[in-house]
Amino acid sequence: MHLEYQVYEADFVNAGSASSAVKKTLKQLNINPKIIKRVVVALYEAEVNAIAHAYGGTITADIEPDRIRMVVADKGPGIPDIDWAMQEGNSTASPEVRDMGFGAGMGLPNIKNNVDKLNVSSTVGVGTTVEMEVMFV
Amino acid sequence: MTIKQISELLEANVLCGADRLEEENDMVFASDLMSEVLTIGDHSPILLTGLCNMQTIRTCEMGNLNVIVLVRKKKATEEMIEEAEDEGMVLMECDYSMFKACGLLYNAGMRPIF
Repeated sequence: MHLEYQVYEADFVNAGSASSAVKKTLKQLNINPKIIKRVVVALYEAEVNAIAHAYGGTITADIEPDRIRMVVADKGPGIPDIDWAMQEGNSTASPEVRDMGFGAGMGLPNIKNNVDKLNVSSTVGVGTTVEMEVMFV
Repeated sequence: MTIKQISELLEANVLCGADRLEEENDMVFASDLMSEVLTIGDHSPILLTGLCNMQTIRTCEMGNLNVIVLVRKKKATEEMIEEAEDEGMVLMECDYSMFKACGLLYNAGMRPIF
């Protein structure tokens, strides 16, 4: 099953809509609730990142019998130093993002803690792609 | 404690989810930082927060938290109430500070998740 969503820059009101839709789909498929939580926590953090730090982007989720693969590809400023961004506490978030309850430098570490596979690639001035995979068993 | 007892102790105004007031919960997590709420693993504590926007509701949806207490006189928007209602959550407003609300609940036997 292939799902695809668009997210838009600074669209905080709808931030989480894509993750919510994926959650509902996984529930309908009777996936273990503990696994669903890991999937949606990671996806939600990545979705918020695309809205908060970039100029929007595309979220795709491919659900297979034994796993879900998710890709959040944003059009944005890119991350100059991914290793720095992966460390808890490091953030470049705006005050507006912090007002939304994010921007404490926990997003990427939270993602890493909840997925089985993670790849973050980024080109400064072009955008960032976060690829995540969670096994169902 | 039941959710109803919690709402009475905090003199909170229940905005939606009245059908869940007899449910029990003995754990509380208190934070204004939503990324922190997303780190609590499999637990489903009551959330006490001063963050009052749509992300409060969305974060609880992602984290499987079903009871939200807005502290510090924060008032939920219609949109937040609708979303919480759609998700089957209990959403309430409380005039107390985070510290006072936490203290009252701790004294009444509610416990932290760590």
